[in-house]
Amino acid sequence: MSSLADSSAGLHKPLLSQGIRSILLHVLIVVLLFLLYFALPVYHSGNLARILVLAVFAMGYNVLFGYTGLLSLGHALFFASGMYGFGLAIQFLDVLPGAAIFIGLLSAVAVSVVVGVLALRTTGVAFMIVTLMFAQAGYLTVLLFGEYTRGDEGFNIHRSDRVLFGFDLSQATNRYFCALILFAICLFLIAWLVHSRFGKTLVAIRENEERARMLGYDIQRHKLIAVIISGTLSGAAGVAYALLFGYAGASFAAVQYSILPLLYVLLGGAGTTIGPLIGTVFMFYLIDLSSDFASAYLSSEFASAYMLIAGIVLILLTMFAPQGFAGLLRSKYKWLP
Amino acid sequence: MDFGPYLFVASLEGAITAAVLALTAVGLSIVFGIMRVVNVAHGEFYMLGAVLAWWITSMIAGHPALGFWVAIVAAPLLVGALAVLCDRFILNKVNYDPERTIVATIGLLYVIQQTTLMTFGPEARPVQAPFNERIALPWFEYGESGFQMIWPWGLSTTTYKLFVIVAAIVILLALWFVMTRTRIGLIMRATQLDQEMAQAHGIPVNKVYALVFGLGAALAALGAVLVVPIQQAYYLMGSDPLLLSFIVVIIGGLGSVLGTVVAAVLIGMSDGIISVFFTPTLAKILATLLVAFVLVFKPNGLFGKSRE
Repeated sequence: MSSLADSSAGLHKPLLSQGIRSILLHVLIVVLLFLLYFALPVYHSGNLARILVLAVFAMGYNVLFGYTGLLSLGHALFFASGMYGFGLAIQFLDVLPGAAIFIGLLSAVAVSVVVGVLALRTTGVAFMIVTLMFAQAGYLTVLLFGEYTRGDEGFNIHRSDRVLFGFDLSQATNRYFCALILFAICLFLIAWLVHSRFGKTLVAIRENEERARMLGYDIQRHKLIAVIISGTLSGAAGVAYALLFGYAGASFAAVQYSILPLLYVLLGGAGTTIGPLIGTVFMFYLIDLSSDFASAYLSSEFASAYMLIAGIVLILLTMFAPQGFAGLLRSKYKWLP
Repeated sequence: MDFGPYLFVASLEGAITAAVLALTAVGLSIVFGIMRVVNVAHGEFYMLGAVLAWWITSMIAGHPALGFWVAIVAAPLLVGALAVLCDRFILNKVNYDPERTIVATIGLLYVIQQTTLMTFGPEARPVQAPFNERIALPWFEYGESGFQMIWPWGLSTTTYKLFVIVAAIVILLALWFVMTRTRIGLIMRATQLDQEMAQAHGIPVNKVYALVFGLGAALAALGAVLVVPIQQAYYLMGSDPLLLSFIVVIIGGLGSVLGTVVAAVLIGMSDGIISVFFTPTLAKILATLLVAFVLVFKPNGLFGKSRE
């Protein structure tokens, strides 16, 4: 996070408006991530490719949770729709990767429309339970059609199916920069979105739904579009995960993949553009280091129990820092996007 | 076996599911009804009850029944005490805010489940029933010589299974008595109706909340101790009871223990019977979608009164 502090210190001139500062910050992050690939050892740049894809998932989640104020417990469903839409199309429809990506995104859009229309009839706690139940039904459906999806075991996507525009994405460098391009597109898209009229209306709904309604905004329509954007970005992350890492499995549809983006966003800071990335990096390395530590010094059962760390962090965050890292930074640097 | 006796056995199994489910769901229901807390970790308190029952019975030497009777008292008390601590140190600290408590109890779910995995291990472990005599059941059939009583092979139950049903009924009656006929029950109902008013009348609302949360968890644990001689203790065993309890609580409406019990009997019986005809996965998909659609199309209705 030192880059952030540096940039804000250097930019303390009134000449730079809030908008320019935030554009500079986002460009700086992408440039930094670009350079990191050459600076980091192979193990960590491999991790970072995974983190960038998961951060896209978290950014998608953040559109709904951070900006619209809707807490979903079922985003694994959108991630899995993208992953399986892409994976099953490649596996059984004999299409080109480009077409399979399109099918993956399309299935994420379709699922988010259906879930959005149904779940948005409820609010608050009921919304959380309904999304949880839909995602659970989705997970069980993946298991039910185990003949095609291979259930928990999952299936590998062949190397020849992971070539895009002539780039072999099973190769580490191509994989990293493909993940970075996706991440950069999503980052700028969201940065633009939240500064647009539409994004500001979402925040108004989050802050005071009744008042936004009274001002004449169509709340249901805004919320539905937010669900669709959020679900589609999560689905894009699912497609990218299958494409870049060559694997689709039922565990990505299970409930912990609905909890993880919530955790990333809470930790990094809900309702901030950079929060999801920060949260994903911290959580990823926290789990990685603790399971390394556990398998080195404790029994192997400790290593498999990584969700214990997630549980503890979740409780501590809810109790002590509901605004997350970027939220804490923002209370100091008001201009943070 | 003919279809008739087969269905009879299925409904007997269903009655056991219903009995255990009623205890677990009533626990979830009073926590939501009185505290307005959706406890996602409820299934883990259930699992802890079963695991503690295994632990206690394996600690106590001598007659296997002795261990079981100690477990049925001690395990719910221990789980209840743990729940009281969770209430004091976590839920109370987030001011029982509905969304934050859900996130916190999700965290609690993983902490309890993974800690059990690390200590108890990934195996399923059995607990011996205190008594387990087989009872053959008769079946009535209209044959050539009019109605006759036959004893089909396989149509039987055990004394322990009947005991589970009776025990659940007794516990639920006791709970009903406490809630409606005693001073502590009156205090709980007063807190449920209007928390601020209760506080103004000198009711220690925080203590009531801790008690209710402990009681809810203890009921789940009690259900698990009753069922563990039939099923086995396993660290992931909490997820199905959690789902079914949610269904029961949503279908049955909140605040009324009676509604929850009726829904538990309905769901438990049909779960036993449905799983005879469908694969378990398909049955679960239908069940989860049922909950989702009830909530979608009856947004406040089945969840008790609207919060506004």
